[in-house]
Amino acid sequence: MLAFVLTLVLLLSIVIVLAYAERKVAAFMQDRMGPTEAGPHGSLQAVLDVLKLLQKEDIVPAAADKKLFKLAPILIFAAVFAGFAVIPFTPDLVPAGIGIGVFYLLAIISLDVVGLLMAGWGSNNKYAMLGAMRSVAQIVSYEIPAGLAILAAVMVCQSLDFQEISYQQGALINQFPGLEHEINWLFGIEALGINTTTIGGITTWNIFRAPILMVAFVIYFIASLAESNRAPFDIPEAESELVAGFHVEYSGFRFAMLFLAEYSMMVLVSLVAVILFLGSWNTPLPNIGPFSLAYWTTGTVGELSSILWGGFWLLSKTFVLLFLQLQIRWTYPRLRVDQLMHLCWKVLTPIALGVVLIAGIWRLLMI
Amino acid sequence: MNEVKNRSGFWFAVKSLVSGLQLTWKHFKNAKNRRTPEYVTDKNYFNQPDGLVTLTYPYEAIPVPDNGRYRLHNEIDDCIVCDLCAKICPVNCITIESVKATEEIGMTSDGTKKRLYAPVFDIDMAKCCYCGLCTTVCPTDCLTMTPVYDFAEVDIKNMIYHFTDLSPEQAEEKKQLLAKQQEEMAAAKAAALAARRQG
Ligand code: SF4
Ligand code: SF4
Repeated sequence: MLAFVLTLVLLLSIVIVLAYAERKVAAFMQDRMGPTEAGPHGSLQAVLDVLKLLQKEDIVPAAADKKLFKLAPILIFAAVFAGFAVIPFTPDLVPAGIGIGVFYLLAIISLDVVGLLMAGWGSNNKYAMLGAMRSVAQIVSYEIPAGLAILAAVMVCQSLDFQEISYQQGALINQFPGLEHEINWLFGIEALGINTTTIGGITTWNIFRAPILMVAFVIYFIASLAESNRAPFDIPEAESELVAGFHVEYSGFRFAMLFLAEYSMMVLVSLVAVILFLGSWNTPLPNIGPFSLAYWTTGTVGELSSILWGGFWLLSKTFVLLFLQLQIRWTYPRLRVDQLMHLCWKVLTPIALGVVLIAGIWRLLMI
Repeated sequence: MNEVKNRSGFWFAVKSLVSGLQLTWKHFKNAKNRRTPEYVTDKNYFNQPDGLVTLTYPYEAIPVPDNGRYRLHNEIDDCIVCDLCAKICPVNCITIESVKATEEIGMTSDGTKKRLYAPVFDIDMAKCCYCGLCTTVCPTDCLTMTPVYDFAEVDIKNMIYHFTDLSPEQAEEKKQLLAKQQEEMAAAKAAALAARRQG
């Protein structure tokens, strides 16, 4: 229960920051100023937006399928929020440390699609319907390259437990039960003979433990943009064509839920990318000779220092990815539907299959 | 011949994606600079290629030209109520009522004698087309254009500006004074006429 409340509060504050950052970053990239009036530099804008939404009337269209319409936002948010349950925030803080975390996450996030379809269909509105159909087609397609990219990481790590994957990518690898005798080699190639187990830092992040995961990371990142309906893959809510897509009929609290779910999805996919590929809560600084930078910036497991350092590294890496998502949104134009499907099925999926194969072979080099 | 080459290929695509990101990043980095509200003749006006272009309007604004035509103002103390402005106005938005003064009221700042009161001097800014004709004909230069352009009103009645310096009571008083004077003059005239007939 405590984990639930903590995660919710953390998520809400990240989403508020993100919503504010989105507007400011967008403004700055377009030589505008963004919000300036509410609070210093407009920093209270996102909070006020939420308050405004909460005061608004909750309109249910007369012709809507009322049950589906009312249930959809709850389902969508619940699906995304449930994904946070398995995310390890620090070396010893994870809301629900289950052994099949990766699998659970992929499964529970797929529920999101059902919610989108419910919202689009239940609204009884042509824009909502079109948006929902596009959204579902897109998310279902992009789950394949995303899943394959995740599979590559899982094959290299030989684990479905997010926490175990996190421990493997740092100098603390031998402190995880069951990994006491694991050894990390530079680039995962034992033949090079450079032992990075105690060096840690960036050298043991998954993208350096097995550089093929760099490709997997790029594929996952592109697919995750599509899964969270972000530009340039925002055809499900293309404002210029569909008004707002599947949530066009929603208002007030229900809209706030959908909005929250959308931003939570962004945060979640970035967190997963960080955990699977960018070293999770591990520090990027390696131990060099007498300077054990990695140990200094990790803290002692089980103490406050490790919680603070772990949370700091995890969140800062996540924010870098989130910033990249924002920047991409304000840089690239939207893809056409056929280009979207072309990219997914004819480019990303074959490459991802190849990456899975190579990742399997790479794993053989590591042992 | 300069033919536009249709380039494609993986690395070309990557290069163009990266240059797109570089462009937005450049703008993001330059966001610490801001445009300054300067007049168009300022040397700096065209020399601000980067940074935010927005001016936070009510707090800062680009100055307007001196000869710009914006809201009218009438310095009623200098107005001799000659009615020229109302006559030239192409949209008839100036309403003037005049009352002759019983004695000389005073002088305008350029030395013209004032002989008329203006109980009504209204300009309807909602009708005004800001042609500036009225300011050109005004003999005492009391009707002028000010640099104020932001004067939207919720109620359109407030767009009618009243420039008179007389309260309704004072106006009534002046009218009565005039009527009395005219009566007296008429009486005097009648008396003079009668005297002449007799004489
Ligand atoms: S500016 Fe033109 S339209 Fe306006 S009051 Fe003067 S003469 Fe009339
Ligand atoms: S032209 Fe000038 S002096 Fe004459 S009535 Fe108009 S404002 Fe007064």
